[in-house]
Amino acid sequence: MNDIYTGKLVRFSAFDPEELGKAFSKWSRDSEYWRLMDAGAVRLYSAKHATSFFEKEFEELSPAMYFFGVRTLADDQLIGELVLDVVNWPGRDAFVGLSIGERENWGKGYGTDMMNVLLRFAFTEVNLRRVTLAVFEYNPRAIRTYEKAGFRHEGRERKILNREGRRWDMLFMGILREEWLERNTE
Amino acid sequence: MFDIATQLFESPDVRFGPIDYEKDPEIESKWTHNAEFMRLYDFEPARPMSAAIVKKQYEKLEKKIEEDKNLYHFMIRAKADDRLIGKAVINRIDWANGACQIHLGIGSADDWRKGYGSQTAKMLLRFAFAELNLFRVTANVAEYNEGAIALLKKLGFTEEVRRRQSLEREARRWDLLVFGLLKDEWLKQAQA
Amino acid sequence: MKDLFRGELVRLTSEEPEFRAKVEVNWQRDSEFHRLADGDPAKLTSAKKIKEWIEKNIERDFNPSRYFFSIRALADDKLIGFLGLWLELVHSEVWVGIGVGERDYWGKGYGTDAMKLCLQYAFMELGAQRVSLGLLEYNARALKSYEKAGFKLEGGMRQEMLREGKRTDTLWMGILRDEWLQMQNGAKP
Repeated sequence: MNDIYTGKLVRFSAFDPEELGKAFSKWSRDSEYWRLMDAGAVRLYSAKHATSFFEKEFEELSPAMYFFGVRTLADDQLIGELVLDVVNWPGRDAFVGLSIGERENWGKGYGTDMMNVLLRFAFTEVNLRRVTLAVFEYNPRAIRTYEKAGFRHEGRERKILNREGRRWDMLFMGILREEWLERNTE
Repeated sequence: MFDIATQLFESPDVRFGPIDYEKDPEIESKWTHNAEFMRLYDFEPARPMSAAIVKKQYEKLEKKIEEDKNLYHFMIRAKADDRLIGKAVINRIDWANGACQIHLGIGSADDWRKGYGSQTAKMLLRFAFAELNLFRVTANVAEYNEGAIALLKKLGFTEEVRRRQSLEREARRWDLLVFGLLKDEWLKQAQA
Repeated sequence: MKDLFRGELVRLTSEEPEFRAKVEVNWQRDSEFHRLADGDPAKLTSAKKIKEWIEKNIERDFNPSRYFFSIRALADDKLIGFLGLWLELVHSEVWVGIGVGERDYWGKGYGTDAMKLCLQYAFMELGAQRVSLGLLEYNARALKSYEKAGFKLEGGMRQEMLREGKRTDTLWMGILRDEWLQMQNGAKP
């Protein structure tokens, strides 16, 4: 049994509210970071505010939620976060959400690696049957990453976002356990 | 079309009302003992609930309404005898983007196929679009819920997303369907 | 889809705390019932305390891994027992605790019917891959009932319990999803 937390470029790490709060406060100063991953109106967080937000989240962590920090293998830097949220236990379906904080870390393959580690964790440790995600239509880099990881397009909620004076769709993608197994038993 | 004078909470046969803590918990408790209703109404495993449990849920719900300010809950009553027949909710309201979800259930099989669901849904939509000024309404439904799917299509919803095999019941997997309706689509329907 | 909560002899319900507490106080008086159902020393608790305990646990019990039912006889609607299921989320295993508190309803198929509903719920609503239970070796009636329902004896803890000066085993039983599905298609346990 290998180390389920380690990929080729990144590893999952324990979720530390204070460290993540400080990092998140910095990341959210770049409004594009926020707008790519969150539908809510952008806001600026102080390190204190963000830390107390994460502390509260951590306190109420239900058995349905898995929350990780993501660090680079090269220099152990905290570059992002990832959440797996089981929506329905008999169905064994979970939503995944991830983000990479700093613009200079985008487009370097970290997202793909994060998703690969996550899918292996989801299917071989949490024994899920499918993983779902929602992504904004104006985030083609993420859409491409998810397609590469094996997610299939399942439709779009039309015009659900209102930003920069126009409306945008939210795309839904999903990958089934059988599909992931096929891709991972070569 | 509609004006300020037209009632938001009244339909020909049903009306919206608040929770009646004295009478409603027992009635809703009875619905929860009908597994068929629960499996149509909710994705979570069906479970019967005592009136005490239902009452606690009402309290939590009203607290959430007050604190989160992103949901509205209505009890549905038959106008003929003021009987509680179901419940309806507008939730996950995303004010910045003008979006929400709707959900409704008519508790007793004796009250199905009487048009109550359709009248309820129409009131919910008018409330969402003409009172909350939202832009789009989403409804999530299991692929085996033919009645709900037919109603949504009749109201002008479009099937937008198919979350393949997201649910499991009766030892088999089912898709979860996501339907959407936009404001101008609703206006066209409502004017027709 | 069939009615998950209704069998041939019993139905599953959720009871008001005060009523349930009163009934459980009555069941308590029958120490044989307790000693068949429970490994802990028998005790006598007030209806008030039981009611408080039920109400306190309403929130805790309302989570994806716990499902609690009361059992009523269809013929006379009498509250005769309880059924609890614990869903081990990651491994899709369900643990069962079941008991018929009314002595007059023993040995007449009520427990077996309730267990049938229990297995149907576990496999058809909770998506379980297996259902497990434990019982005390001297509970011969339960052992027979569970075998009829399809459970297989899988092992036990030798001489784990001490009662009336005699050491007894606790037994473990289990039924797998495929075994149960095959039974629905006519296979015999």
